[in-house]
Amino acid sequence: MSKINFFINDRQIAAEDPSGTTTLLEWLREKAYLKGTKEGCNEGDCGACTVIIESIEDNRLIHSAVNSCILFLHQLENKSIRTIEGVSGPEGDLHPVQEAMIKFNGNQCGFCTPGIVMSLVSAHTNGTSDLDTILAGNLCRCTGYDSIINAGEESLKKPRPDWIDNIEVPVHEVPQDTGNGTIRNPVCLDEFADWYAVNPKATLIAGGTDVGLWVTKDLKSLPSPCFISDIPELKKVKISGNVMTVGAATNLTKFDDVISKYYPSLSVMINRFGSVQIRNVATVGGNIANGSPIGDLPPALIALKSKLILRRKDTRRKLPLEDFFLDYGVQDRQSGEFVEGVEIPLQHEWFRCYKISKRRDQDISAVCGSFLMELNFQTIDDVRIAFGGLAAIPKRASATEAFLLGKTLNLETIQMAMELLETDFKPISDMRASGAYRMQIAKNLLLKYYFGRQRMSGHQQSISTR
Amino acid sequence: MTEYKAQSNIHHDSARLHVTGEAQYVDDLVSTEGTLHLAFGLSKVACGKIISVDLEPVWQSQGVVKVLLCTHLPAANDVSPSPYWEPLLAKDNVEYIGQPIFLVIADTNLNARKAARKAIMEIEEIKPLLTIDDALEANSLFEDPLVYQNGDPESAVDRSPKILSGEIEMGGQEHFYLEGQVAMAIPQENDGMLVYSSTQHPSEVQHKIADSLGVPMNKVRVEVRRMGGGFGGKESQANSVACACAIAANLTGRPCRFRYDRDDDFLITGKRHDCRIAYRVGFDEAGKINGVIIDQFVRCGWSLDLSLPVADRAMLHSDNTYFLPASKITSYRLKTNTQSATAFRGFGGPQGMVGIERILDHIAHELGMDPLDVRRINFYNPPNSGSLQRTHYGMEVEDCIIEEIVDELVSTSDYRNRRQEINEWNDKNPFLKKGIALTPVKFGISFTLTHLNQAGSLVHVYRDGSIHLNHGGTEMGQGLMIKIAQIAANTFGQPIGSVRITPADTDKVPNTSATAASSGTDINGMATKIACTKIIDRLIGFLAERHQSHPDEVRFEQGEFKVQNETYGFKEVINDAYMNRISLSATGFYSTPKLHWDRKIGKGRPFFYFAYGAAVSEVMIDVLTGENKLLRADIIHDVGNSVNPAIDLGQVEGGFVQGYGWLTTEELYWDSKGYLRTHAPSTYKIPACRDRPMDLRVKLWEKGWNREETIFNSKAVGEPPLMLGISVFLALSNAIASITSDYPSLNAPATPERILNTLTRNYQVPFDFKSGRN
Ligand SMILES: Cc1cc2nc3c(=O)[nH]c(=O)nc-3n(C[C@H](O)[C@H](O)[C@H](O)COP(=O)(O)OP(=O)(O)OC[C@H]3O[C@@H](n4cnc5c(N)ncnc54)[C@H](O)[C@@H]3O)c2cc1C
Ligand code: FES
Ligand code: FES
Repeated sequence: MSKINFFINDRQIAAEDPSGTTTLLEWLREKAYLKGTKEGCNEGDCGACTVIIESIEDNRLIHSAVNSCILFLHQLENKSIRTIEGVSGPEGDLHPVQEAMIKFNGNQCGFCTPGIVMSLVSAHTNGTSDLDTILAGNLCRCTGYDSIINAGEESLKKPRPDWIDNIEVPVHEVPQDTGNGTIRNPVCLDEFADWYAVNPKATLIAGGTDVGLWVTKDLKSLPSPCFISDIPELKKVKISGNVMTVGAATNLTKFDDVISKYYPSLSVMINRFGSVQIRNVATVGGNIANGSPIGDLPPALIALKSKLILRRKDTRRKLPLEDFFLDYGVQDRQSGEFVEGVEIPLQHEWFRCYKISKRRDQDISAVCGSFLMELNFQTIDDVRIAFGGLAAIPKRASATEAFLLGKTLNLETIQMAMELLETDFKPISDMRASGAYRMQIAKNLLLKYYFGRQRMSGHQQSISTR
Repeated sequence: MTEYKAQSNIHHDSARLHVTGEAQYVDDLVSTEGTLHLAFGLSKVACGKIISVDLEPVWQSQGVVKVLLCTHLPAANDVSPSPYWEPLLAKDNVEYIGQPIFLVIADTNLNARKAARKAIMEIEEIKPLLTIDDALEANSLFEDPLVYQNGDPESAVDRSPKILSGEIEMGGQEHFYLEGQVAMAIPQENDGMLVYSSTQHPSEVQHKIADSLGVPMNKVRVEVRRMGGGFGGKESQANSVACACAIAANLTGRPCRFRYDRDDDFLITGKRHDCRIAYRVGFDEAGKINGVIIDQFVRCGWSLDLSLPVADRAMLHSDNTYFLPASKITSYRLKTNTQSATAFRGFGGPQGMVGIERILDHIAHELGMDPLDVRRINFYNPPNSGSLQRTHYGMEVEDCIIEEIVDELVSTSDYRNRRQEINEWNDKNPFLKKGIALTPVKFGISFTLTHLNQAGSLVHVYRDGSIHLNHGGTEMGQGLMIKIAQIAANTFGQPIGSVRITPADTDKVPNTSATAASSGTDINGMATKIACTKIIDRLIGFLAERHQSHPDEVRFEQGEFKVQNETYGFKEVINDAYMNRISLSATGFYSTPKLHWDRKIGKGRPFFYFAYGAAVSEVMIDVLTGENKLLRADIIHDVGNSVNPAIDLGQVEGGFVQGYGWLTTEELYWDSKGYLRTHAPSTYKIPACRDRPMDLRVKLWEKGWNREETIFNSKAVGEPPLMLGISVFLALSNAIASITSDYPSLNAPATPERILNTLTRNYQVPFDFKSGRN
């Protein structure tokens, strides 16, 4: 069994994990006896297990916060990790974040504190000041957050301490596929494609933010896990003409960077997708390939007329994204085929998407609605409406679209279209929302989209948070 | 930003350990070789008879050492905090989905969890009682409805110029302590058992373990250094994990460790009681209440647990800050096939208070008045008014300072102008609506089970003058340890650094009460002061004797003894006293005075005093989606003469957020089979960082001073601020009311869905958006 090589707090580690399912959190606490990183939920939702992955980008040290509870050891090959134990200075000097947390009483029971410190340290290192976003994935049940925010703001006034500035992220060798027959982490796309075609039963793991829960909650073992998020070619983003091609293993943070200037509305939604920790690992491909009816990207990308690129060996096929989703848990993906990327047209001015959930941040959508209408004067000349959360798959509102096409865009038309949504969808009730509410929301979002276009005499139409 | 008066703003004693990750919680303690791990096998049926449990596949599972059914237990099968049976492992029947049926002991945590899912169980299903209505229909009650009454409420209501009736439902709440339930037990020689437990109630864990093992309590030692949050959820709910560990350790002779996976924690453990409150109220044109009749339907879940005192407290807080000349409160304690409802910060108080606040709000709506004016006119008379009033349970309200606090808050929050501005804003904005509400809090301090109001402390002074402090209270993040250490340091006139804080330990202070009912500092602080004073008195006696003077002539000030013309330092006297064989160790014992209470008839003085506070919250809602945002919150809260304002402020802020979390996003959802679907943070949404108010202004009340003799005349702070969150709920209701004709009658939690439904119930979207008005 070959070893997984990585660094923890500047110390080189060679670990083994023949099961392929050991998480970093488990390893830290049970094998490395680094108990500062806590388990609060074991499913990526509380942030108590937050650690940092260090990298150098454009000659700058970048700190990416991630949830160690759903990060597999095999995803760490060649990476540098910093945990709470590696944040203070060599002489025991506290990091400015730690100092400020004490000064502003940002700790009560202290159980969330290591995770919060890690998130704030990542913000401090990266120079990010939007602390509500930074901390969206760190729950604290004691403080009410104000003291933590005060601490975070204070820390941002202080320079990075020497010991952080001086971190030398080890220059990694070209990553290696260290896997043997049963556990793989390929780095070459073509090799992977060939391998997967003959090993179609393998479990593909990109970010692992879904697969992680199969292990931590469903207690599954993974048949022949194959970790694909370190294949450089699968992380590429290309723009040619009016189309952006996004590699399947592109994470949400990166995707937001490249898409936000084209679709600010999508960017707002991506910033409510999970948390920073989730977005730093969750991939675009994973969000599509998982076939979830409540994934946030599919409705948006469907409304944008995106095309999915599927590949088997060296054969590629493209299909409209909506055609990929056949039924609950069933996708149009042949044995040995994987998602290579998605093509997104970039020219649509009147695209808007909305995410409705119980809590604003870090919540799964009850409904996710995406709308695109092109007008020829006042006539609707092109229309796309797609929803998540209303059916067993992300789905277009075909009847409604058909009705709208060629109509004059006005309130009356929209009101009629709203009623038609009832023929397109029969949403179910569950713990996130009742079917009736989902239906009402679907209608109201269409209305919201309409009013948004009308630029209603300057009225504020959506709640601005911070 | 937040202000506070400077007194002793010492940081949490563990602050440095917290921020460096060095603070140890039970699961961080280093395991000794051979430690075993546990998991429960849970019922998947809400109500049924156990026909058979095939454990063979569990035994076969990797790493399994032992599997126990209730029949394999060495002694008592009971983890109840009350005198009523509550099995650790189900016996013949299962009573909720998530109930432990068997216990797996295995080599690793993961192997135990895997094995626990493999049993083949045959359970004959019986139709479960899940909802309040189910239980009412089946007359499933833990005890006969309890009635507290004063005056002649029926006729007071009927003879009133105005009468209103209504109903509100409010959901339960999961504690979501960040550290789940956990314990570790290490067998000791001669039947001894050492247990590290994350519990608010070490003495009860000790008691339950002793019974589980069939040994006297003196064989069991329970230690608690800290919890990663408790909030009431580790008052009785910590018993099961700890007992399971002790039993497993006893049977295997090996250390055993048990922590619930988060989802299991949600499924197994108790939560806040959900509740329906129906009311009929009679009042005059000015909004003054003449009489009120309130029915409280309290869903207690499958086991009695702490439900009686919780439901009692809900009744006791049906008045909040308002004088009820005549009232009848009837409380139904309903038994259902759901998780036990248990202690949760406020302990019934919040439910009772939501009820009366809803009534006041409803009256104001009916009369077209500012709810603040209706509230004010009903406030209890202030202490200096010359005519004190009695609560509906007959306790004279001697300390009602709410009017002063509210006056100050109205002015510092600019409530009147903002209300006006909000009305104007709402007139102009069709898509978004604002709302505002000011709500007061009056919370009774003391355990209503009077005997629990006792505490002990153990103080040693070593030869070098260093001080060792131990007391019956536990640390769950509320800063109890540092506050008590401050009290000890202050009493001895020594720097805080000279006091060593030690874990709660049943070997040091016995027979403690739970750290609960906000009483931690009040009672343990007093006990500690008494212990310290005993030692000081001995030192004074010693010096008096040495100087052949009278103890009254020895003065002890700021750590120095003055006798005749001599001054001695603390350390010097300590060492001299040691050399002269004077004991430098003392216990202190405190029991809260003035209490007498008969819970059956609902008369007496259950509380030593009341804690007060008030909050103004302003919110915005989106009328198309029900999404909402807390824009601003202003709070003034009374903590008396605070022992540690910085720590107290943290309690106020955190309590407030937890309180409105309960009433807004935190929704527990059981499906039709009784399965709790919101059993993880992915589906159960406590407030996240961005949900805090955009603008938060919290102040401890500057004039705060407890008229009762509490430690430094401070007031308890753990629970009361939670109820400040009610202002957010009523502000949401107020925003809805801005466009509905009828009273919104919003239920809690006010999720976007409930808000939209409440809006559309008497309102059809789309509105007349074009004109910009409704
Ligand atoms: C705390 C938390 C919050 C979340 N919040 C959101 C949210 O707000 N919105 C939302 O939509 N989702 C959310 N998710 C779900 C999840 O993060 C996303 O679906 C994510 O995009 C999945 O990507 P991944 O790379 O982590 O997938 P993985 O877990 O690696 O894989 C998911 C599935 O896709 C398959 N797969 C992955 N890549 C490929 C490929 N290239 N070709 C073929 N198959 C592939 C895997 O085999 C697996 O079946 C959340 C999850 C967590 C844990
Ligand atoms: S333990 Fe909660 S996010 Fe990892
Ligand atoms: S301090 Fe207790 S959860 Fe944050």
